[in-house]
Amino acid sequence: MKLESRIPGGPLADKWDRHKFESKLVAPANRRKFTVIVVGTGLAGASASASLGELGYRVLTFCIHDSPRRAHSIAAQGGINAAKNYRNDGDSVYRLFYDTIKGGDYRSREANVYRLAQVSVNIIDQCVAQGVPFAREYGGLLDNRSFGGAQVSRTFYARGQTGQQLLLGAYQSMMRQVEAGSVTLFPNREMLDLVVIADRARGIVVRDLVTGRLESYAADAVLLCTGGYGTAFYLSTNAVNTNVTAAWRCHKRGAVFANPCFTQIHPTCIPVSGEHQSKLTLMSESLRNDGRVWVPKDPSDTRPPQQIPEGDRDYYLERRYPSFGNLVPRDVASRAAKGVCDEGRGVGETGLAVYLDFTDAIERLGANVIRQRYGNLFDMYQKITDENPYRVPMRIYPAVHYTMGGLWVDYNLMSTIPGLHVLGEANFSDHGANRLGASALMQGLADGYFVIPYTLPNYLAAAPVPAVTTDHEAFTEAEHAVQARIDRVLAVRGSKTPREFHRELGRLLWDDVGMTRNAESLSRALTTIPQLHEQFWQDVRVPGKPNNLNKNLEYAGRVADYLEFAEVMARDALERRESCGGHFREEFQTADGEAVRNDERFAHVAAWEFTGVGRAPLRHVEPLVFEFVKPTQRSYK
Amino acid sequence: MTKMTVTLRVWRQAGPSARGRFVEYAAEGVSPDMSFLEMLDVINEGLIRKGEDPIAFDSDCREGICGTCGFLVDGVAHGPDRGTTVCQLYMRRFTDGATITVEPWRARAFPVIKDLVVDRSAFDRIIQAGGYISVNVGAAPDAHAIPVPKSVADNAMDAAQCIGCGACVAACKNASAALFVAAKITHLNLLPHGEPEQHKRVVAMVDQADTAGFGSCSNEGECEAVCPKEIKLSTIARMNRQYARACWFDR
Repeated sequence: MKLESRIPGGPLADKWDRHKFESKLVAPANRRKFTVIVVGTGLAGASASASLGELGYRVLTFCIHDSPRRAHSIAAQGGINAAKNYRNDGDSVYRLFYDTIKGGDYRSREANVYRLAQVSVNIIDQCVAQGVPFAREYGGLLDNRSFGGAQVSRTFYARGQTGQQLLLGAYQSMMRQVEAGSVTLFPNREMLDLVVIADRARGIVVRDLVTGRLESYAADAVLLCTGGYGTAFYLSTNAVNTNVTAAWRCHKRGAVFANPCFTQIHPTCIPVSGEHQSKLTLMSESLRNDGRVWVPKDPSDTRPPQQIPEGDRDYYLERRYPSFGNLVPRDVASRAAKGVCDEGRGVGETGLAVYLDFTDAIERLGANVIRQRYGNLFDMYQKITDENPYRVPMRIYPAVHYTMGGLWVDYNLMSTIPGLHVLGEANFSDHGANRLGASALMQGLADGYFVIPYTLPNYLAAAPVPAVTTDHEAFTEAEHAVQARIDRVLAVRGSKTPREFHRELGRLLWDDVGMTRNAESLSRALTTIPQLHEQFWQDVRVPGKPNNLNKNLEYAGRVADYLEFAEVMARDALERRESCGGHFREEFQTADGEAVRNDERFAHVAAWEFTGVGRAPLRHVEPLVFEFVKPTQRSYK
Repeated sequence: MTKMTVTLRVWRQAGPSARGRFVEYAAEGVSPDMSFLEMLDVINEGLIRKGEDPIAFDSDCREGICGTCGFLVDGVAHGPDRGTTVCQLYMRRFTDGATITVEPWRARAFPVIKDLVVDRSAFDRIIQAGGYISVNVGAAPDAHAIPVPKSVADNAMDAAQCIGCGACVAACKNASAALFVAAKITHLNLLPHGEPEQHKRVVAMVDQADTAGFGSCSNEGECEAVCPKEIKLSTIARMNRQYARACWFDR
């Protein structure tokens, strides 16, 4: 299989404009003749539904929640980047592009990232016009803050709830199209298969989660906007219903999966407190604007943090990375935290935590300013830990947060199945091996508002395809396959709950495919994952019936898919014999513990092709060509 | 750490038209650091192992922002803590040996689907009726074209924080959606960008809330008391004022 990235020619700055001009259009009167399915209503799905609805396409939008407003984009806290340069501090489209490429450790496509930086400015305009209440200064203009991996302030924010406000903006725009009749909404639906006819994506099979009925929908194109696979690790900052199922079913129908080993561990989360824990809570990266990260110098120092004098503290990020300090990128900050905890200098009951201290900022700015900036985060921290972060430093530890890998797409966001487009976190395209803070919101909205409205018509206009209905045998076949899988999981009637399997898988991945990995741990995972998978199908217990609301049935299906998926994640990590971004192979590091890339052998995207359950997938490669930025060893010192 | 034992009385209802009843469950070995939903997870794990139907309840982000979770805990929406969703309610808030009653939102416009899960799609229909600013993608002027005073942006943000959980409706003796509707109207109508549609918006949304079967507001303030995002009752006064003015302008 040859992976055609379809990157347009010409100078970097002109590629997108040129591509837009060369793309075919669909005339306004013809748009309503095309049906487009959108799966997922996070930032990517809601914004794509809204913009395609506005253009006049017939849009069918599906989500697993009871309301589209609940998609997990809602939980994003810190902000959204844009190259507005409103601060006059040296920002530009090129600098945002450069920071993102470098932040991603030179494992993303230049052309995609440049386009992302270009449209970032339009996103802010659009959101403000929709009524997103971004933070403002007294003059009435927009405020900015700084995020990791950048030396400029380009992050726009709405308190600690930026994702919520951006999602509500996109959701409201989409609901306006529902009212206008161009978007039809299907909540409480889980996509369980992709229907491919004559090598093109032509529809989906979903389960109505309330009635349990299987339903088929036909279309001219399918947009998958279903987020990432972070909950493979069981404990993560992701919502408990997030899953890889829709993407994985597309993969099994022929869409190749790119860079699954690139997972992001976020440095600032509330540490694990016990076995019962169902998820981890993020404390926004924005806190590192004012909080200072430290541990005691002496591993045997058990004094409470306030009693440890300045001289006995190790502000290890400021010490190791003087120019970026506490605002180094996430992968660097996470590994540094793991490092000091491995040295025995971690704090708290478990020793798996470091301090994030606001004492200096509160002294300098006053508690009120800190409350204005981070009030909701401080409240959340206090609710969970029962400690007051205005008085006692927060305790934080890294946790799985975001996944840079995803279904492979070309410059048009189209997967290897013609007609199947993948947007937002579900695709692999823009963040390389590590995503910078405040760039996920930017990418989700860029894909939905400003990329797909240009690239989708090019597909629809270029290839008139015969009309299909759900009477086609491919739909019947897909529905049968889905039904068989549901029947099978209900029929096991074993002794362990889906959660037990999920927790076991999570522990295994965290230990062997986690923040750092090596050939030995990955080979081990490749033996233990299939064993657990086999055990699942022999011993899982799912009570209840398929024909009503049955949350354990939904959950069991997602865990089963994760058990298949986890293997390719470990395999990808094993094959990528270098350290880059969030993928840190212990064998490949400098003497002082920094990642060592291997550009000669691994400056490429690895994309996996499905060949059958239990069979080794095929690894394909898309070389990454750097015409404009010269890959160097990333340095934040 | 000391473990607790609590008794739960949980509303079980197999489907929308089935008869519901309270069923008692003992939760043993509960850690005070567990969230209320994690405690329910543990009960459900036990039920599954016994081959019984686990308690159906909705939840997703488990950090108080998605608005998916919500039920009455001892008669109070989201439980005893102020400004808190039930996913952020921790067991340390309860005493060892307590009996806790758990039941779904009760409102005609929120029919029960199963156990603690209710259908809140009426909220989406209210937003659909006018809870947006009509601006097509691509048509926006530069973000700095219209300055917005900081106080206005802050007040809009206070109202915009609504998570659409439905606690306000559940707490109201009239099952009114006034706080939900008023929060969105306040958010959008305060901003200069939302001004052109302000009259149309308030009328369409209030009328849709009536159509959906929500009751009227009689200013008791229970909604404000339980709102996990502490949306102010004053937003309702603003909505009523704007509704009256809009009706006047429309004529």
